[in-house]
Order: sequence, then structure tokens, then C-alpha cells
Amino acid sequence: MKLNELTIKQARALLLKKEITSVELTEACLGRIKEVDDKVKACLTVCEEIAMSEAKKADERIANGETGELLGIPYIAKDNILTKGIRTTAASKILDNYIAPFDATIIKKLKKAGAVLLAKANMDEFAHGASTENSAYGLTHNPWDFDRVPGGSSGGSAAAVAADMCLFSLGTDTGGSVRCPASFCGVTGMKPTYGRSSRFGLMAMTSSTDVPGPITKTVEDSAIVLGVMAGNDKNDASTPDEKVPDYNKDLSKNIKGLKIGVPEIFFGEGLNKDVKEIVNIAIKKYKDLGVEFISIKLPHAKYGIPVYYIITPSEISSNLARFDGIRYGFSEKESKNLLEVYTKSRGKGFGAEAKRRIMLGTYVLSAGYYDAYYLKAQKVRTKIKEELDNELEKLDAILIPTQPTTAFKIGEQSDDPLKMYLEDIYQAPASLSGLPAISIPCGFAKDLPVGMQLIGKRFDEEKIFNIANVYQENTDFHLQKPKI
Amino acid sequence: MKLTKKEIEHIATLARLKLTDEELKKYGSQLSDVLSYIDQLKEVDTEDTEPTAQVTGLQNVLREDVIEDWDKQEIKEALKMAPEIEDRQIKVKRVLD
Repeated sequence: MKLNELTIKQARALLLKKEITSVELTEACLGRIKEVDDKVKACLTVCEEIAMSEAKKADERIANGETGELLGIPYIAKDNILTKGIRTTAASKILDNYIAPFDATIIKKLKKAGAVLLAKANMDEFAHGASTENSAYGLTHNPWDFDRVPGGSSGGSAAAVAADMCLFSLGTDTGGSVRCPASFCGVTGMKPTYGRSSRFGLMAMTSSTDVPGPITKTVEDSAIVLGVMAGNDKNDASTPDEKVPDYNKDLSKNIKGLKIGVPEIFFGEGLNKDVKEIVNIAIKKYKDLGVEFISIKLPHAKYGIPVYYIITPSEISSNLARFDGIRYGFSEKESKNLLEVYTKSRGKGFGAEAKRRIMLGTYVLSAGYYDAYYLKAQKVRTKIKEELDNELEKLDAILIPTQPTTAFKIGEQSDDPLKMYLEDIYQAPASLSGLPAISIPCGFAKDLPVGMQLIGKRFDEEKIFNIANVYQENTDFHLQKPKI
Repeated sequence: MKLTKKEIEHIATLARLKLTDEELKKYGSQLSDVLSYIDQLKEVDTEDTEPTAQVTGLQNVLREDVIEDWDKQEIKEALKMAPEIEDRQIKVKRVLD
């Protein structure tokens, strides 16, 4: 097996036995990026020199007897996560020349743990999208079929893991942006509970639902990475002081007798027939393992998209106000006055989808419309959240398909924003409620990966890790590799 | 819900976005479509429902108001990102015409 194809767990065992070095592992990943990324286009910036020097440092730490779980492990981070001294664009022209002056908290934690940053991954501009087609630097191709999208918005991060350019990657999930690409690319994507890991140093999109999460080859690896990322941060007041459990401890616990809810609404109209069949086979597998399935009703879940597409653009219009051509980023030199600096820099710097969302958010928050849109959406959000919380009180988890289809063709729906927004329909409820949700591969439809999603109770990532891991112990879908 | 050209222009002004005529036209019809779609929220009875702004359950997270030293090099790097600098200050166009 090639070193870049290893899981974190496998690589760590070899590193500690001194059979391989982090330098070798890092070289193998950088080599793979060189070999395939002109076709996949997952990376926006590759930081070869920094990576090699970090790998050398990790090898020294290992030689000194350190045994950290991510020590010497190469990874890729989505480009909306600040990485000190490294170009960080959020795939937007407005940040074309931006070098992050400090590290996001999660990057700091990974650095301290000795993980090796290889590259920054492509994404939909400012994470607005479900296909990575909204990147200002060109699209990313799905490693399973180059004519198809990798999903989004963390499309580069998921494609990079699927193509073995790294051992794991970081994404951010606001309304499905880790889970959707994980599903389309056949890898494991974890959206933790809102507040579980710090948003400090993430470029804010929807501050009330943004959360960073790991994209990995296995559930075991996901548990390792989240264990390092998670925890209270004084620079992010929305991270509660909850203890971070040892996520590795109960991964293989017997799941016999657990209760999983299946919401009828997500298995009806709009769900692709093949995807439905494959997810139903996965349910059957769980039943064989002793899990009890209970049909549940979520009458307000269908309002997830309209609520999400009021709250999200509202928060975006506010969060993206900071890009004004004054302190950093693109600034239009040909401006007569201050107002023109703002309007021209923003008009030229932002891409179409960012502008569309800023416009929508500005409208729904504008005088006379606030109550009808924003306040109404926040009230329906309460209904969606309460409904899920009530059901989860009686259950261990909820299982639904991650996406209603497999990866769609490039360009197929990029002209129709509303259709693209509907891609988030299976993602919005967990995001709006701040619940943890993991997407794992559960089969293939016409040679394209299908993912299923397990949604858990707030701050109970342990349980969904356990349920997802036992599935991977009994199946091999997560081990399949695309032929590139 | 059909937005007029004037309304779209007004939103663009509020959003501080200079848009081309073509963009104004395109966003006009696309925003109208999205607004018609989200109009379905009207059917939900929210008479006695409190709004949810965040889901952590945390309230009023406070800290002491103290000055923290920030890494000098990071401050320097941050300032370097500005389009125009004069004496450690970011230069902008005059605010009053």
C-alpha cells in the first residue's frame, strides 16, 4: 500500500514503530497531489516547503518519545480557515492576495498536536454552495467521475481525501457543507454539535450554524481528529465549557438494542430510487446487528430550506459587510469617494452567488420586512429544533440519506439557484438545530458513492461515532477507492 | 412576489454593491423566485412560538474587559494586508465630501 493511502490509525502505528517517517508520509501525499491534482483540482494553494519543515519537526518529536495521535499526520484545510502566513482566499477574488496573519484555533490545536498542513482546499466562494462550482478559481472534479461535482461547499477537502492526497482534511459545515461532499465523494464527514469546536479564525458565513468538522477515510479517524479539534475556546463565546470525551473509547461498543428513528418525510418524494434502496439495505444491515428502527414524523422538517435560506443570507449579508476594500482584500483604486470604494470593491470582488445571498439577506432584513421573513424564520426554526429534540429524547439517533441523489453533473444546475438551494434539504434540520451529524458511505449507485447520515443528540458525538463505526466494521464501502 | 427594478437597485445600494444592469436584471428575477418559495412559511402557525437565534443554551457569556497583548508580528502582518498604509495607520478616502 502507498503511504498516502493509509488511514490516520494505520499511519500512526507505523510512525510509532519507526517503520515510516512523517517526512516520507508527507512526501507521498505531496507526490500524489502532483500526480492527480491537475485533474481533480482540489487544492488552491500547496505549501510544500512549510509541510516538509513541519514533517521534520514531527519526526524529531516522535524520536523524542512523543506519541500524539496526529503527530506527523499530513492534512489539508478548507480555504476559509485562517492559516498563518499562508494565502487564505475562501475561493474569492476579494481575498485573492490575503495572507492570514494568525491561525484559527483549530489550526493552532492541530499544529500543537503535530499534524502537517499540506495545502488549502477549493470550495464554493465563502462556502456558498453545494457543488464547489461557485469557486472563483475554477471547479473541483469528483474523483469518482470527473464530469461530476464533488459536492460542496467543502468539495476540495472531500475530493482530496477521496483521491488520497492527504490522510484527512478539514471542512466547515453550515447547512451540509461537510456532509454533502463527503457523501458525493464516498468519504466520512462529521459535522459536530454547534459549539463543539471553535469558529475562531473561520471566515464567518452563518454564525449561528457554522461549525468546522473533519473529513476522513474512516469513522475511527474522524473520532481521532475531532478529539483534537473540539473543546471550549475563550475566543469563541459559543463554545460551551463541556468536557471533550475520549471519542475512541466506545467506538466498537455493541449497538444491539439501540433505537434509531427513520423520518418518513426523508424517504418519500424527491428521493432517488437507487439511493433509497441502498439506504434501506444499510438499515437492514443495522437491523441484523440488533438495532431497532422506529418510524417518526417530522412535520416541520420540510420548512428547513425556506428557514435556512432566510437565516443564512441574513447572517451572510451582515458577516460579509467586513469586506469593504479598506483593511484587507481587493480594493478598487479607481474610486471617487469612500462610498465608491465600498460599492466597487464589493461589486467586483464578490462572485455571483455571494452577491445574490448578500442581496437576499439585505432585503429580508430591510425595514418593513424583518418580521415577515427573519423573525418568522427564527420562529419556525424553533419548531424544527423542538421537534427533533423531542424525537431524539426517545432515540439514540436518527438515520436519513445524506443527499437525495448521488453527485450530479457539472453545470447541471448551476444556473438555477433555487434548485441548488434544495440540495441542502436533508442537511438543514440538523444544522438549524445545532445537532451533530455524520455522513458515511453506504453503497454505490451506478458506480457513484451513496452516503447516509446519522444525527445525534446535542454534544453526543460519541453515540453516532459508535453507530457509524460499527457499520464500517461490518461493511467495506468506505474502503473502496476511485480509479484515477 | 415580484421585485421591481427600483427595489433591486435600492437593495444593492443598502448592500453597498455596485451591480451591472445585467446583474440587476438577473438578480431581480432570481430573488423573486426564492422569495416566492420561502413564502410557504406563512402556512406555519407560530403564534405562541419564541424565535431561536442560537442553539447552545448559553446566555450572556461574559469576560473581564482587559487589554490582551497580541503578537506584535501578527499585528504587523495584519496591517500589511491593507491597501494603503501611512504611519501604521490605514489610509482611507475622506469621509465628508
